[in-house]
Amino acid sequence: MAAYILRRLIATIPVMIVVALFVFFLLHLTPGDPAAVIAGDEATPADIEAVRRKLGLDRPIWEQFALYVWNLLRGDLGTSIFSNLPVLTLVKQRLEPSVVLAVSTLAVAVALAIPMGVLAAARARTAVDRIVMGFSVLGFAVPVFLVGYLLIYVFAIHLRWLPVQGYRPLSEGIVGTLRSIALPSLALGMTYMALIARITRASMLEVLSEDYIRTARAKGVSRPSILLRHALKNAAVPIVTVIGIGFALLISGVVITETVFNIPGLGRLTVDAILKRDYPIIQGLIILFAGAKVLVNLLVDISYTFFDPRIRQ
Amino acid sequence: MVSTTDTLPAAEQRGRTSELWSWASHHKTIVAGIAILLALVAIAIAAPWLSGDPLQFEPTNRLRKPSGQFWFGTDQFGRDVYARVIHGTRISLIVGLSVAFVATAIGLFVGVICGFYKRVDGIVMRIMDGMMAIPAILLAIALITLMKASLLIVIIAIAVPEIPRVVRLVRSVVLSVRTRPYIDAAIACGTSNARIMARHILPNTVAPLIVQATYVCASAILTEAGLSFLGAGTPPEIPSWGNVISLGRTFFQIAPWIIFFPGVFLAVTVLAINLVGDGLRDMLDPRIARRM
Repeated sequence: MAAYILRRLIATIPVMIVVALFVFFLLHLTPGDPAAVIAGDEATPADIEAVRRKLGLDRPIWEQFALYVWNLLRGDLGTSIFSNLPVLTLVKQRLEPSVVLAVSTLAVAVALAIPMGVLAAARARTAVDRIVMGFSVLGFAVPVFLVGYLLIYVFAIHLRWLPVQGYRPLSEGIVGTLRSIALPSLALGMTYMALIARITRASMLEVLSEDYIRTARAKGVSRPSILLRHALKNAAVPIVTVIGIGFALLISGVVITETVFNIPGLGRLTVDAILKRDYPIIQGLIILFAGAKVLVNLLVDISYTFFDPRIRQ
Repeated sequence: MVSTTDTLPAAEQRGRTSELWSWASHHKTIVAGIAILLALVAIAIAAPWLSGDPLQFEPTNRLRKPSGQFWFGTDQFGRDVYARVIHGTRISLIVGLSVAFVATAIGLFVGVICGFYKRVDGIVMRIMDGMMAIPAILLAIALITLMKASLLIVIIAIAVPEIPRVVRLVRSVVLSVRTRPYIDAAIACGTSNARIMARHILPNTVAPLIVQATYVCASAILTEAGLSFLGAGTPPEIPSWGNVISLGRTFFQIAPWIIFFPGVFLAVTVLAINLVGDGLRDMLDPRIARRM
């Protein structure tokens, strides 16, 4: 078990090295002069030179690379071109809303989608099944921002149940936070739910056709017990895998959802960085998000051992 | 004799039509998806004749509700949202198709090489793993920040993060095909590597690639809209659905139609492509069809 976890842990190292290399060479291999593009259309040669110096592009490439790697190892993600603040400081200021949004979306999506998938499989080829499948097809097509604005329009503007936009920090009370995060989580979770529901149904259908399910039925095991204890646990590996894959979707979605709902998180930091072409911030966020994704995949790998002990070997 | 030769083509014709008809009735989702897509392609081609100028400012007609004159209302500059959405169809379809083509072509090339040459495989696949760890939209944003905005840059920026998934798919097909006896036979006959790849391996990748291409296309259209919505996509002077939605953001409480109409077009387009993709997947791989 420990050996398995260690192996998985070591496997994440090359991935992160590639990510770091990729981000570094992106800046150096893009055609044209990135300093000129970042400085903008109205920049004077002196401005461009200043940006070049800030990005370190005026030094020899091996020196830049050594400095970049050294800084990363020290946990320094670089410095913003415009505010001159360390990227890590900017990230820390904006971290809470994004983490709360991601976690609550994950919770909402898993809590709604797995029962939907189980139900659809248990009632395969009935109206319930068609509704769930219809929802999962739609969930893939409807963009986050459309769902987001529709939810705001119905629940915030029309019914006035929830706040229109904005975020209440946890320090001001969890109820306010949950109210401000409810609609964003639902909007962001739509695609995620579609994905999980679809895989849950498929995986359950496969398990339900196994012999040991028939045996359990013959023994007189109750239906809920068959579905949950015998089938769902054995159907879990693909479901957990897809929860991990979907986390990537979630990260991309966080950026857009925060813009729709005016949430001052990492997504807003990204959008501000785009407007100012503040490349070091985007570079830092890529490494951070990639790290989060790798971590989630690691957790997924570890969770396999719980659902399927054979994997431990 | 004469009568048979006369009637034969007609009978064959009828046979084909009814065959097509029965195929269509068995694959309703594909047919529905293709019908919607054809309609969208027609809209994209005929955009200049279907609507007025998407760029024309009319300050007197700011933020008008949808009406007989302005079917989808107007935006804060008095521009006709209908004209902008109709013209936006072009951008979305161009981006979707180009990205699908570029990503599949590059992915196919790299994937076949990786599956065939073990020495390249290790390194390239590690690079692909790293690229897949980066969220697609952020990778695209990074590329766009470093280069001057244009439609071509947007297409490249969206295509790059799609490549690893195609590479993985192609590679897995190549690896499984390589172990088949007929490849050994071809090698034994002294067939060149290039010929084995082209004649014996490539054809096996076609079916899964077509299915994958539809998903790449759908996801590219959504990503373009997302990037434009964030202000990192198609240059603002080009009316793309994402740009229209992005401008509607500030006024959505009083003018929700600016967001609603392009949003619905976007959803319907992606839905249609996914229907075709799902349908093709079920058709080409009946094993999955039974499960899904």
